[in-house]
Amino acid sequence: MIDRLIAFLTRHLDPFLGTVVVVLLSIGLVVLFSASGESFGRLGNQLANILVALCVMWVAANVAPQHLLRLAVPVYVVGLGLLICVALFGEVSNGARRWLHVGVTRIQPSEVMKIGVPLMLAWYFDRYEAILKFKDFVVGAVVLAVPVLLIALQPDLGTALLVSAAGFFVLFLAGLSWKFLGAMAVAGAASLPVLWGMLHDYQRQRVLTLLDPEQDPLGRGYHTIQSTIALGSGGVFGKGWLNGTQARLDFLPERTTDFIFAVYSEEFGLFGNMILLVLFLLVIGRGLYIAANASTLFSRLLAGAITLTFFTYAFVNMGMVSGILPVVGVPLPLISYGGTSAVTILFGIGILMSIHTHKRLVKT
Amino acid sequence: MLLRFPLKLGFFRRSRAGFRPHGRGVEMRDLMRDLQRFQMRLAICAGGVLLMFFVLLLRFVYLQVVQHDYYLTLAENNRISVLPVIPNRGLIIDRNGVVIAHNYSAFTLEITPKEVGEVDPVIDALAGVVDIQPKDRKRFRKLLDERHDLESIPIRTRLTDEEVARFSVNRYRFPGVQINARLFRHYPNGEVASHVLGYIGRISERDKARLERDGLAANYSGSDYIGKVGLEEKYEKELHGVTGFEQVETDAGGRAVRTLRRILPVSGNNLHLALDLRLQEIAERVFGTRSGALVAIEPSTGGVLALVSRPGFDPNQFVEGIDSQNWEALNTASDKPLNNRALQGVYPPGSTFKPFMALAGLELGKRTPEYTISDPGYFILGGAAHRFRDWKPGGHGMVNLHRSIVISCDTYYYGLAQDLGIDNIHRFIGQFGFGKATGIDISGESTGLLPSQEWKQKRFHQKWFGGDTISVGIGQGYNLATPMQLAYATAILANNGVVYRPHLVRQVEDSQSGERRTIEAEPFTTFTIKPDNLARVRDAMIDVNKPGGTAAAAFAGAPYQVAGKTGTAQVIAMKQNEKYDESRVLAQHRDHALYIAYAPADAPRVALAILVENGGHGGAAAAPIARAIFDFVLLGKEPKPPKDDSQAEEGDSD
Repeated sequence: MIDRLIAFLTRHLDPFLGTVVVVLLSIGLVVLFSASGESFGRLGNQLANILVALCVMWVAANVAPQHLLRLAVPVYVVGLGLLICVALFGEVSNGARRWLHVGVTRIQPSEVMKIGVPLMLAWYFDRYEAILKFKDFVVGAVVLAVPVLLIALQPDLGTALLVSAAGFFVLFLAGLSWKFLGAMAVAGAASLPVLWGMLHDYQRQRVLTLLDPEQDPLGRGYHTIQSTIALGSGGVFGKGWLNGTQARLDFLPERTTDFIFAVYSEEFGLFGNMILLVLFLLVIGRGLYIAANASTLFSRLLAGAITLTFFTYAFVNMGMVSGILPVVGVPLPLISYGGTSAVTILFGIGILMSIHTHKRLVKT
Repeated sequence: MLLRFPLKLGFFRRSRAGFRPHGRGVEMRDLMRDLQRFQMRLAICAGGVLLMFFVLLLRFVYLQVVQHDYYLTLAENNRISVLPVIPNRGLIIDRNGVVIAHNYSAFTLEITPKEVGEVDPVIDALAGVVDIQPKDRKRFRKLLDERHDLESIPIRTRLTDEEVARFSVNRYRFPGVQINARLFRHYPNGEVASHVLGYIGRISERDKARLERDGLAANYSGSDYIGKVGLEEKYEKELHGVTGFEQVETDAGGRAVRTLRRILPVSGNNLHLALDLRLQEIAERVFGTRSGALVAIEPSTGGVLALVSRPGFDPNQFVEGIDSQNWEALNTASDKPLNNRALQGVYPPGSTFKPFMALAGLELGKRTPEYTISDPGYFILGGAAHRFRDWKPGGHGMVNLHRSIVISCDTYYYGLAQDLGIDNIHRFIGQFGFGKATGIDISGESTGLLPSQEWKQKRFHQKWFGGDTISVGIGQGYNLATPMQLAYATAILANNGVVYRPHLVRQVEDSQSGERRTIEAEPFTTFTIKPDNLARVRDAMIDVNKPGGTAAAAFAGAPYQVAGKTGTAQVIAMKQNEKYDESRVLAQHRDHALYIAYAPADAPRVALAILVENGGHGGAAAAPIARAIFDFVLLGKEPKPPKDDSQAEEGDSD
């Protein structure tokens, strides 16, 4: 009886991916304890977040890809509708219009689009499998560009970046021609000044700050300077758990969320960073393996996009904390504190598991 | 794994064939190509991922290995602040244990200019909360100009409890302004002994440079004050103590989170004085409004029992930084309250020089006690027609050594000086400390002047003339001495040639161990004087204070024997006072009154010298002050209330 229950629960879970994810989540809790100033309250909250997110993952893993396929269009359309609602009646918080009140709670529709956009694009290319014309890529670009623009205007640069990355990965994997890519690169470079003009002051500041953090050490450059000090002072083996002075003495801002990697790196050093990089590589490698072996174009594209988006999260976050990328609000996947990002990411992991395990089931 | 695809493709194809407008026979090959392309693209992505992670790794290695030391230093600086902990300044305590300089803590309102930006609007706003006077603003400005670093600067000191409360309520309006508890120096007796204590003041740029040069700057980090004058200055090293340090971990807001290491400050050592504060008080009181100086020494130790320079000043004004108005007033006052007359004022010793001359005559065999002159009221030098007058026209008649002291005959000493010669005078009387600094433990002492041939040659490039010697014999001419020197010489005389260096501080008490180190415990030097000769001079000095002597009136009815000598010193010039002040011109021209004495004559406990500026005759103006001192030390008797000051001044005129 118990055996059957366990079999039921684990039938669609990937043990490899599952193990690595649990290890990463555990590391996240360990670091959070230190970053939050040994707060059991925070730890408890995050544990609850993780449990919810794991449930979401389990559910996603048990939904067959073909059902997901049917959900693609509705999810995208609803997501887009919500984004428009946000633009019209959204709640302003911290100078940005990101939230929408729905009855008792408030939701952040841009989060939905992190899955909604690749889902929609994968659905679209799967529908026109093998006969991809230039026109299809134009349609794909529009499907991608509309939500990204809406999110960028909120403004939420971090999410816009992640959504467009997710969409771009689908386009790229679907076979977007190199010529088109080249043209886009040129167009992008040409439109940089225009984009610069569209950016908010604080966004421009962030870019300038990256170029020269010392310019405003107590203002805009503060995050970057303090996080690089945290990393650098950690050295090869780190200062040891709970001994990170930068983090524990309030020098690091947002040290449980976007800058948690600085805490980790200060306390566990280069050695810890390498372990983390390997763990992320294992997740990404497994994801790419699943994508390579997926049975349909939809599954392939979706798995690839999810995996590469996961990579983007990790890379952008670590790049920002170590001072080689501008400060954008991107959490470190599976490590940063916060329910939303945990749910989004584990939902993606769940889809990967589903793609992997349902293919196997079909085969046998 | 590629082999599986055709199977699966077939599975999906069936279900979807109807959708596909372009579905034809070439599809299989296209699908294969699509799959290959997909896997190719996936491989490119995998390569990209590896490359990007490698970039991250390089960045980590750069930060955590190559730049590790640099960032470690930054992190340490970020979190550790070293805060100096100022030691308690040592106390100054009189010989009976009365504290005459101590510290108390009080609240100050301080502004950190760096955090405030523009200070004036902040001060204006603060003025609405606590009382801020123009002088506070001036002092703040002055300090602001002096300091370049990020220290906080006091705008108000000694806040009342009410002001502290009022500011605390409003503190949110004043970022960069805080209340600090600080230690203040306080001199509870005000003017009394002000010239002994001196004062502390804010460390100036000059002080800072000197501390830097002496390698003491670290010990003064955090200290605001330093001894400027008097004992506070001379014993700065003992009094200051050793600054402690607190290493505190701070957060990004600069708030101390916890103390990592604490090196406690070592309090300054306490000074135990030979000075008797009550005696000092009495001495200052009997001076009344007159200017002058008094030094009383315990001959058997060299300890200074009282050191008066009138007028005095309130040293407390200097502690918080004196404002320029008061400073101006103190500096330009015609009676020069900041001058320490006892140590820096030089005066001709006048007739107080005579006992030393008499001793020289006896010791060097130029005079016997029996040798007698007939005084016509003047002395004629050799063949020259220049007459040196006695102060008494017509002369004193028959005068021997004893009488020459008792009635203070000038003519006797004109002859003696000629017979001794200047170099003998210089050599013998030099042993009593004339012409040299006494070594008292306060800085700025004048050396006075005991002339010699060599000195004149050096100073004026002139030969010494015989005539120069004559007036030296009565303490005039080139002769100059400080009241301190006169007291010192008197103490040596009282102590039969055993010389103790005069000192105000008897013992230094170590603040840690409580051990007391005695200062100047041993005689500095000793020279021999024949007891017979000493006795002759002493007997004459005793009779000075008896009927027929020049100070007889002052000591009428004294139950102890006093050996003393009166003196008057001519005022050389009135250049001291630039302002023409008609009502005081006469007074300015009046002679300074001098008196030296020791008592009891057979076993001296006090030796003193008194100078009353423009006081007239020593016996009338200065000796009564000595009477008050001796009465107190020997009999424990306090003088009458000081209302007869003016009377004494009036009675001096002849």
